[in-house]
Amino acid sequence: MNALNQTAAKSASGLLSIVFVALLGATVVFLAGHAQSATLHDAAHDMRHGTGFPCH
Amino acid sequence: MIQRLLASALFAGFAAGLLAALLHFAFVQKLVLLGEEYETGALVHYQGVAATEAAAEPVDHDHEAGTPAHDHDEPAAASPAKRNALTVLFFSVPYVGYALLMVAGFALAEHFGRRVEARDGVIWGLAGFAALVLAPAMGLAPELPGSVAAELQARQAWWLGTVIASGAGLALLAFGRGAMVLVAALALLALPHVIGAPRPDGFHGVAPPEVAGEFAARVLGAGLVAWVALGWVAARLWTGGRPA
Repeated sequence: MNALNQTAAKSASGLLSIVFVALLGATVVFLAGHAQSATLHDAAHDMRHGTGFPCH
Repeated sequence: MIQRLLASALFAGFAAGLLAALLHFAFVQKLVLLGEEYETGALVHYQGVAATEAAAEPVDHDHEAGTPAHDHDEPAAASPAKRNALTVLFFSVPYVGYALLMVAGFALAEHFGRRVEARDGVIWGLAGFAALVLAPAMGLAPELPGSVAAELQARQAWWLGTVIASGAGLALLAFGRGAMVLVAALALLALPHVIGAPRPDGFHGVAPPEVAGEFAARVLGAGLVAWVALGWVAARLWTGGRPA
């Protein structure tokens, strides 16, 4: 593999990592603030009010 | 790469979440509990005016005191210690999510040749706060228990759209070049507020507006501090772990 290909491969895997981490972050924020299971809601209730998420 | 992203985000997220929980208990929680006393009817707001109205028209009219503004199992039923422990634990969850998004932003900026320095963390924190907390709060103010709001799904949809548009708008403002990009950035920032957040049918919240106002201001203030801390810690960890 020549240097150019190596750079391109590294760049693509870098972008993939970034997309993965961003999606993970979005999922975690969704679970924290928006998911509506009753158990999650009750446990997260005060945090949701105190963070400004739309709660119940 | 991925290890550096995850390590920076997890540590910064937990640290900022812990700070946010401390600020919550210092400034916000007692207002949540006060709001719930109105929500459950243990306290009744507006008794003075209710009494005046009752004198004027002898109709049984109690401003729906005792009717919760919305129906759900009050976590107040759990022991306060358990409830507060869960709150501390759960405060770290959104901040870990915010931190993951932020370090992904660092990495994306660097991918396109915009190096992130440790001192940039504070401005990333401010921008994150503006996009994920302040912009949605301009349409959907942080809700004190005992206030009323529009239907939940509509609010969540507007929240999501606002966060995406505001985040994209701020990113274009920060990294874009040219007049058209500037116009697009400003349009994205304005759009959610031109559309407008879903509003409740009427204003029949049972909690006092003075408490609701204080609550909303404190939630935003505490969030601002936690977000700045998040950016500060995340950028330090990110740059500290930078390959030489």
